[in-house]
Amino acid sequence: MNSIQPFPSPLTTPTGTRASRGLGLVVFLGMVLLTLLGLFFTDEDVVQGSTVRLMYIHVPTAWVAYLAFIVTAVASAMYMWGKQHSLTFDRIAGASAEVGVIFMGLSLVTGSLWGRLTWGTYWQWDPRLTTTVFLFVTYVGYLAVRDLGGSHQQRAKRSGVVALLAVLEIPLVHFSVVLWRSLHQEASVLQPNGNVTMDGLMLFTLLFGVAVFTLLFAWMVLHRQRVLTLADAIDDGGLEAALQERRSEAN
Amino acid sequence: MTQHSTSTMSVARAIATKDLRIEWRSKVLVNQVLPFAGIVMVLFAFALDNDGILQRVAPGLVWLAVLFSSLIIVQRTFAIESADNALDAIKVAGVSSAGVFLGKSVALVVQLLLFEGVLVLLSLVLYQVHLSWGGAVLLVTVSFLANIGIAAMGALYGGLGAAAKGRETLLPLLLLPAVAPVLIAATRATESAFGVGGATLGEGWPWVALLAVFGALFTFGGTLAFGVLTEE
Repeated sequence: MNSIQPFPSPLTTPTGTRASRGLGLVVFLGMVLLTLLGLFFTDEDVVQGSTVRLMYIHVPTAWVAYLAFIVTAVASAMYMWGKQHSLTFDRIAGASAEVGVIFMGLSLVTGSLWGRLTWGTYWQWDPRLTTTVFLFVTYVGYLAVRDLGGSHQQRAKRSGVVALLAVLEIPLVHFSVVLWRSLHQEASVLQPNGNVTMDGLMLFTLLFGVAVFTLLFAWMVLHRQRVLTLADAIDDGGLEAALQERRSEAN
Repeated sequence: MTQHSTSTMSVARAIATKDLRIEWRSKVLVNQVLPFAGIVMVLFAFALDNDGILQRVAPGLVWLAVLFSSLIIVQRTFAIESADNALDAIKVAGVSSAGVFLGKSVALVVQLLLFEGVLVLLSLVLYQVHLSWGGAVLLVTVSFLANIGIAAMGALYGGLGAAAKGRETLLPLLLLPAVAPVLIAATRATESAFGVGGATLGEGWPWVALLAVFGALFTFGGTLAFGVLTEE
């Protein structure tokens, strides 16, 4: 049986392209360089000693986590208000939230380890930390909503609304926790007068880490979004198309 | 049917009246949820096992009991819709989904308010807190505004769970983080109302503003979002 397939077969379509493989290679080399910079080339901190090296992981993961949720919100808005209600935006939102949840988890773990070393405790009820946990849980909920089933458009609409509600929720959570109590270490790179207080190479490593992790995020979302597209295609086409593809492979 | 009879407000009134009438007749809230909340209040006392601490944390315990019970109340309010596919019927009838949302919210606000009245009385007895007249006025205001926030979020996420049949387990995961600001604000304000930890009445009123903003924001957001969330 030779039917025309309206979509690329999930079994033979790779999620990588020449461009994304190039991006992956850049990310890999960047990570190697970041590891060398963070562990060997940069000096210890006067106060924190080697502990400060956690910063090169913690700050970029936190940055990516927040970036991911901004991307999810923007992509959801573009889906909701776009004339076409393009599922591509929905899948970008979903992929970005998945990656964001992972990085938020990593950021919480590295943050609590760093906190143990510098503050002497794994956890402080400080606004930024508490808001981060709420963001984490909220987006775990968002991913659960994406899993509710139904048509793709239904999934996109529901999760789009939940993502936009989260945009309203998180600032309120943050504001209420700020009112509740505040302890967090002040931002350390930029002092209020704008003078950078970090050693040149340390600052470079930190910013380099942020850049590499941003590229890593882009690479992961790109691939994940393509996987989600293929998963939707399987849903649309059913198992039959996949089976047929297998059979033709065997011949 | 005239245009007037299906306007948002008349739908809201019809839904709220219907929900409250069902509740009045079935007495699920009174016979099942209230005893549950009561036993939770007693269990808190067992767990903390110290009169001084109990008195100090009584406001938080009251609001925790309210939040946990609100999960059951919200589930109940949508169970009566999904039992006979009533939510589908309402949608097929083409009435305003914002009206359904507002009606559900209003019924929830009323139920929660009565519920909190009983819990506060219980805390006066069980946790030996004191309530002045000024404190009572603050507490009623706080309860009313906090309920608007809880009801709006509850109606939204409860509706989402009900529309995706059999996925009501999602409700606590979505609702509890979302209403955290309500818990914080209502607890702090109730501390002032009870006068625990040296809190004065004046310290309680600023939290009322936060509750008002929360309630207004999500009631507005809910009227826009409810239709999409409950879509089949």
